[in-house]
Amino acid sequence: MQLPLGIEVPIPTFEQFVFIQVALLTAVAGLAVVISRNLFHSALALTLTFFGVAGVYVFLEAEFLAVSQVLVYVGAIAMLIAFAIMLTRSMMYGRTSPLNNQWGKSSLFAFLFFIGLLAFARATPWPAAGEEVVADEALIGALGREFVTTYVIAFEVLGLLLLLALVGAVMLARDR
Amino acid sequence: MASDYLPLLILILLAAGFGVIAIGLPTLLGPRERNNQKLEPYESGIIPFSDARRRFPVKYYLVAMLFLIFDIEVIFLYPWAAVLRDLRLFALVAMIPFFIVLVVGFLYEWKKGALDWD
Repeated sequence: MQLPLGIEVPIPTFEQFVFIQVALLTAVAGLAVVISRNLFHSALALTLTFFGVAGVYVFLEAEFLAVSQVLVYVGAIAMLIAFAIMLTRSMMYGRTSPLNNQWGKSSLFAFLFFIGLLAFARATPWPAAGEEVVADEALIGALGREFVTTYVIAFEVLGLLLLLALVGAVMLARDR
Repeated sequence: MASDYLPLLILILLAAGFGVIAIGLPTLLGPRERNNQKLEPYESGIIPFSDARRRFPVKYYLVAMLFLIFDIEVIFLYPWAAVLRDLRLFALVAMIPFFIVLVVGFLYEWKKGALDWD
């Protein structure tokens, strides 16, 4: 495609076009989380952001991660956040301002974090297009194989960690 | 491949399109009349008796947290289940401690009464 000033613009493939839509959705929803004046709207926008990130995972061929993202973040964490807001009276009624007296500091740190991420992204050796990628079923199988062989101790400790989280949740919410 | 997800994309577009049509067409074509009955959440439903935006009991939060924990547990069972047929007894034995720990947790919340609503 040729622009008026003689700038050559590559025509995006269908996959790239869809990726741009998904990335825009994620970014806009993420922005809505930060600037929304109603905390519940922020929570809903955050759910959309989680979903967009799952879409990005699909483009990265990390399908197990994408499914986990939808199951855990969109399915459970978003619900948890919604309940947390519904538990607190002032948040349910009051309007929260996206700006408080820490916005200067936090925007500075967000910018520094972005610089750090950019450095990481530039230093990472990304796989070039057309390189061989492990098929999805084989990938999940390999993950399961690692769980019960190389990382079997970590896997059992993970079960223990989940048990601790469960006991903690029951202790916090049940016994008063 | 991301192109395997084309049916999913079509489904999302269809669902979004249905939403746009279902809300857009009545807005464009329907007659507009505002009265109290029309503003009720459900037509011929239970008459609202107070504001819906009130504080919810903490019990909901407990149920949500327990759901989250077992949700994560199920996530870790998927890759294991994918190789169970290949690794046979070994994978089964490796899963037993993991499972026992989680059953202990389940029994704990059951005996503690976290699953009872009242």
